[in-house]
Amino acid sequence: MPLSKRRRARLVRGVQYGVLVVAVVVFALLADWHQLRMAFFDVEVAKALFPDIITTALVNTVLYTLLGFGFGLALGLVLALMRLSSVPPYRWIAVTYIEFFRGIPCLLVFIALGFGVPLAFEVALDMNITVMLSLGLVGAAYMAETIRAGIQAVPKGQTEAARSLGMSHGRAMVSIVIPQAFRIVLPPLTNELILLTKDSSLVYLLGLSLTQFELANFGRDALNEHKSLTPILIAGLLYLVITLPLGQLVRRLEARTAKAR
Amino acid sequence: MTTDRTTAASEDTKAIDVQGLRKSFGELEVLRGIDFSVARGEVVCVIGPSGSGKSTLLRCVNLLEEPSAGRVTVAGTEVTDPDVDIDLVRRRIGMVFQSFNLFPHLTALENLTIAQRRVLHRDRPEAERIARANLERVGLSDKASAYPAQLSGGQQQRVAIARALSMDPELMLFDEPTSALDPELVGDVLAVMRGLAQDGMTMLVVTHEMSFAREVADRVVFMDGGVIVEEGTPERVVGAPQHERTRTFLARVLDPAAAEVSEVADTGAAG
Repeated sequence: MPLSKRRRARLVRGVQYGVLVVAVVVFALLADWHQLRMAFFDVEVAKALFPDIITTALVNTVLYTLLGFGFGLALGLVLALMRLSSVPPYRWIAVTYIEFFRGIPCLLVFIALGFGVPLAFEVALDMNITVMLSLGLVGAAYMAETIRAGIQAVPKGQTEAARSLGMSHGRAMVSIVIPQAFRIVLPPLTNELILLTKDSSLVYLLGLSLTQFELANFGRDALNEHKSLTPILIAGLLYLVITLPLGQLVRRLEARTAKAR
Repeated sequence: MTTDRTTAASEDTKAIDVQGLRKSFGELEVLRGIDFSVARGEVVCVIGPSGSGKSTLLRCVNLLEEPSAGRVTVAGTEVTDPDVDIDLVRRRIGMVFQSFNLFPHLTALENLTIAQRRVLHRDRPEAERIARANLERVGLSDKASAYPAQLSGGQQQRVAIARALSMDPELMLFDEPTSALDPELVGDVLAVMRGLAQDGMTMLVVTHEMSFAREVADRVVFMDGGVIVEEGTPERVVGAPQHERTRTFLARVLDPAAAEVSEVADTGAAG
């Protein structure tokens, strides 16, 4: 008797599970667990990382990210408003800026600001300023587009109501449109914060002193010192400690926005 | 009586004066030469089929639409004069929209206080006192801390009316204030508007509510195709219309079923 469609589907799924189980078992038998454990989770090495990996590296990662995000957000808002301006040159400047900085790697900006500017202009920028500018200049391009979309998503009737009450264009923007726009763009802005957290690792290019190490650099340094992957694993986990709650926050914000509509 | 009052009125008793108003959107001419005025304390209802330009006329009064030609004067200030600060004029004109346009991120009370504070620079206690008085006037004093999303359409529209009133406007514009409401919620909004009319507020109302126009309006204006076809007392315009276009429109609005039948009869006769 030929198999019915449903029976055949169940059989295929069963085979797939079987293959998966076999693969896992074979891997578990063949793998050298001792060496894997020594490479990725050497308790002695892990112990040696603390507390510096928290008090220096994690703190610096958060600091660099927030510097870049704060500057990027402010610049992004200005760019978004310029992009929507009725004055054509403002729009041209904003569009050019956004297209330029969205199109080049953040790495290049780090090199330009970290080495190019000091060489060309013979000024030494403070490390924190360099990080803030590098992350912020690129982040601003993305955030400008996000904020612009948010402002445009606020219904036209909101501006009309505000203007009908005698508010000036600027006042209507500040009191009525922008607060609503930020509610709309909170989830994508949080995503931007997650991306910046990871991009902050690019500061390693600048050549850091010990107290300036952030997670990625700290991990690499410890890797060389201990000849173990453990620091990389722990640095990775600590990135997740920052980004997973943010991702959770995005989901909750999105759920809340969905409910409010 | 009202017509006499308007024609005999001197400039400063006119709340709104519109002369030779034209408005085009690209190729489409929506207003094709409008002359009309509203006296202080008068309630004027504008009726007409959709696309007749009645909402555009209303929006030209507070310059939400920029007129293509003509003059619009509100309470003695010519709003079409490029040197006039429109923000100063708008705060004297209350506007109520079809879609309410309450600020969703603010509570009902904050909706009423924000412009008082930011535009009229009233301090918080005074703004809140005025806001609460106006919420009470529209029967929603218990909803001060509610957000717009928590209110029914009828309640939202009454908050919107209270928001406009909190600016102490000299006149009020209503752009189809009940068209977006469920039928059972229309009555509360109309009751508030009736109260305003009784208190002597100058009102220009674009509406499809014929019973409201008949009971409350001093004057009814019928528009079609971007011009005023006829105007006069509700008894004349709604009760005994002079023009064929007005009659057709009223027949359609007052008794849609009958209008359809007569339309079928018309086409039958034509063919």
